[in-house]
Amino acid sequence: MTPRHRRRLVFVSLILLGVGAAAALTLNAFRGNMVFFYGPSQLATVEKAHERNLRLGGLVEQGSVKREDDGLTVHFMVTDNVKSVPVVYKGILPDLFREGQGVVAQGRLNNEGVFMADEVLAKHDENYMPPEVAEALKQAGGQTPQFSGTLMQGGLNK
Amino acid sequence: MIAEIGHFALIIALGVALVQTILPLAGAARGLPSWMAVARPAARAQFVFLLVAFACLTQAFAVNDFSLLYVASNSNSAMPWYYRVTAVWGAHEGSLLLWAFTLSGWMVAVSFFSRSLPQDFVARVLGVMGFISVGFLLFMLLTSNPFERLLPAAVEGRELNPLLQDFGLIAHPPMLYMGYVGFSVAFSFAIAALLGGKLDAAWARWSRPWTTVAWMFLTVGIALGSWWAYYELGWGGWWFWDPVENASFMPWLMGTALIHSLAVTEKRGGFKSWTVLLAILAFSLSLLGTFLVRSGVLTSVHAFATDPERGLFILLFLGVVVGISLALYAWRAPRVGLGGDFALVSREAMLLGNNVLLAVASASVLLGTLYPLIVDALGLGKISVGPPYFNSIFIPLMTPVIFLMGVGPIARWKQASVPELVVRLRWALAVSVVTALLLPVVLGKWSPMISLGLFMALWIITSSLKNLWDVAGRNGLSGLTRGLAAIPRGYYGMLFAHLGVAAFALGVCISGGYSQEKEQRMEPGQSVEMSGYTFRFDGVHDVTGPNYQAKEGVVNVSRNGKEIVVMRPQKRVYLVQRNPTTEADIDAGFLRHLYVALGEPVSGEAWSLRLYYKPFVQWIWMGPLMMFFGGLLAASDRRYRLATRRAPHYAAQPALARG
Repeated sequence: MTPRHRRRLVFVSLILLGVGAAAALTLNAFRGNMVFFYGPSQLATVEKAHERNLRLGGLVEQGSVKREDDGLTVHFMVTDNVKSVPVVYKGILPDLFREGQGVVAQGRLNNEGVFMADEVLAKHDENYMPPEVAEALKQAGGQTPQFSGTLMQGGLNK
Repeated sequence: MIAEIGHFALIIALGVALVQTILPLAGAARGLPSWMAVARPAARAQFVFLLVAFACLTQAFAVNDFSLLYVASNSNSAMPWYYRVTAVWGAHEGSLLLWAFTLSGWMVAVSFFSRSLPQDFVARVLGVMGFISVGFLLFMLLTSNPFERLLPAAVEGRELNPLLQDFGLIAHPPMLYMGYVGFSVAFSFAIAALLGGKLDAAWARWSRPWTTVAWMFLTVGIALGSWWAYYELGWGGWWFWDPVENASFMPWLMGTALIHSLAVTEKRGGFKSWTVLLAILAFSLSLLGTFLVRSGVLTSVHAFATDPERGLFILLFLGVVVGISLALYAWRAPRVGLGGDFALVSREAMLLGNNVLLAVASASVLLGTLYPLIVDALGLGKISVGPPYFNSIFIPLMTPVIFLMGVGPIARWKQASVPELVVRLRWALAVSVVTALLLPVVLGKWSPMISLGLFMALWIITSSLKNLWDVAGRNGLSGLTRGLAAIPRGYYGMLFAHLGVAAFALGVCISGGYSQEKEQRMEPGQSVEMSGYTFRFDGVHDVTGPNYQAKEGVVNVSRNGKEIVVMRPQKRVYLVQRNPTTEADIDAGFLRHLYVALGEPVSGEAWSLRLYYKPFVQWIWMGPLMMFFGGLLAASDRRYRLATRRAPHYAAQPALARG
């Protein structure tokens, strides 16, 4: 092996080492930060659901939105017309949050079965529903209107 | 009638693009000068026809021609003229036209600024660009024709998505496209080099300014998008790791690696295959970005098309372009050669480190963006990968990149000595470490992340200053002016762009660490204190805009009893689409932003409000602006102009390629 070859070898090993470390880092971060999406009916079948962050999607049940006196804490039910899950969120809701419309909440299920949302996403126009929500509704046997449009973000990283 | 002219111009442009692809490429392969000579006039003709098409569509928007489906779906006569005209690229079809038009603009630029290049090379470059143009024009004509008629004509248009009725729409897409499409030039240069089998320092010198200019536009385009999201979405966030943002960020990371790799290829004749690969990848990621954004596989404000046929077409085109170029690369790259040798500690090695890290960063963004789509397509469930994933990857990856940013420019080519580097940088290191540790204590809140961020920013600044001093200050203070004047512009460009990264890092770090926010229910007359400012809510009244109704809140901000500004955040409802949007009001200062957004009416006169105090947040966008100007300095360096003048001798020069 000439010195030039040896140097090349060291280079290649260093790069491989670096890329390997980065890949390990990436995959690790990936495993820890994947968030699964469930509809209310699916959520009931998930084991140990309260142990991790997840997304819950469905319709905001008619007449279920209640505000606490502080004006910021909101209680509502997310439903797929078969099952419903109570949700609590503290913060300003996105512009397009409305009863009877599609919504996606991200957060955790507590031990009492209440979903503590730290982020709420709402649909973006009159005839839109997040595709995940539409599918969850379909699976649960509810009705699904025609959808197209945009998902808007609300309450980030609180 | 005018719409038909536009449609017809598109069809002719497609014909011209076909000619521009076939004749020059075949001519270059067979050595026929008359065939190769077609490239330049064809590129210019294509530009003219696309200009006509673009003008026709713009005219249709300007005069509210609702007999065009695209105009009727995205405009409305109540919209102000500047939003009507920019609504041209407010949705899928028109933004494709903008893409094709921008591409033809780059082609014309190549046709004019390539007089010094060998004819076969120009023919190949323009031929490859013509091929890309064929793909996009076909796509437009077959699946997304902006000139499609709506019969009978609509009386009134559906209006543009209210979020897009903003200055951001005017500036963000053209800039971004200039960048995306600009990488097609670097890509075509790379493919032409593979086809011709010749890749030398002169090649790198031609490619460099083009790549830098494309990168500049992409930088500003991304920054504009981020700024737009910051003030328009009303959440005070500036980057969401949304798949659509990632789609523009991946080519940026790859392009950044490319401009650094090109530096080695030009100066040392090294990294040749790698440079070519990066050029291919940067443009492939731009195409992938277009696919992700335009195919409707993603849900976001940018995803216009939900037609599976369209997605399939772009995916197919993407497959053809990436497949052919990678196959060509595998076949021809060995002929291009590897270039000069260098030691483990040398500027080349550090640039290689930077390249590998940037490429890995780009790959991990790709993974986080595509994996949920793949899992979904395979029916394995629905997942999302949020900001925590990207943050936990970017901090460890970017820390060494920034460290190298300080050392690399000071290290010698070929072989550098560690003790010498230590001696030259010890003060820079000491100053930045001590300041990074102490400053947060002075500011009242210390955390390891804040110190790390400050260190990175300060390290870039101090090492750049040291670098400048070493280059210009050899003769002491008295010779400094002369020393500074002797430094080539490209070098200043590099320093300036690196300082832009420092400004960006400072912005991210300080605004991330010291921002204050309050979500609060407020009665009229009620005040809230935050970061030394008093925010007094003075109630809400009605306002009527040209095409919207709004509730406007009045928030009086004072400090130590002195009024500073009256802020007027709005909640708008647009007349046609009836969707509420939040218009935050921002008092933008150099050192801090005050940010107020209306929430919702709570009870009686009370509203919920969102208030932010964000120190240094402006620097997040000033950084990219500095990078833009750094790029401008570098691209206008004297040696590229000299190269242009000297280049007729090129053919006589022996190629530097080895292997």
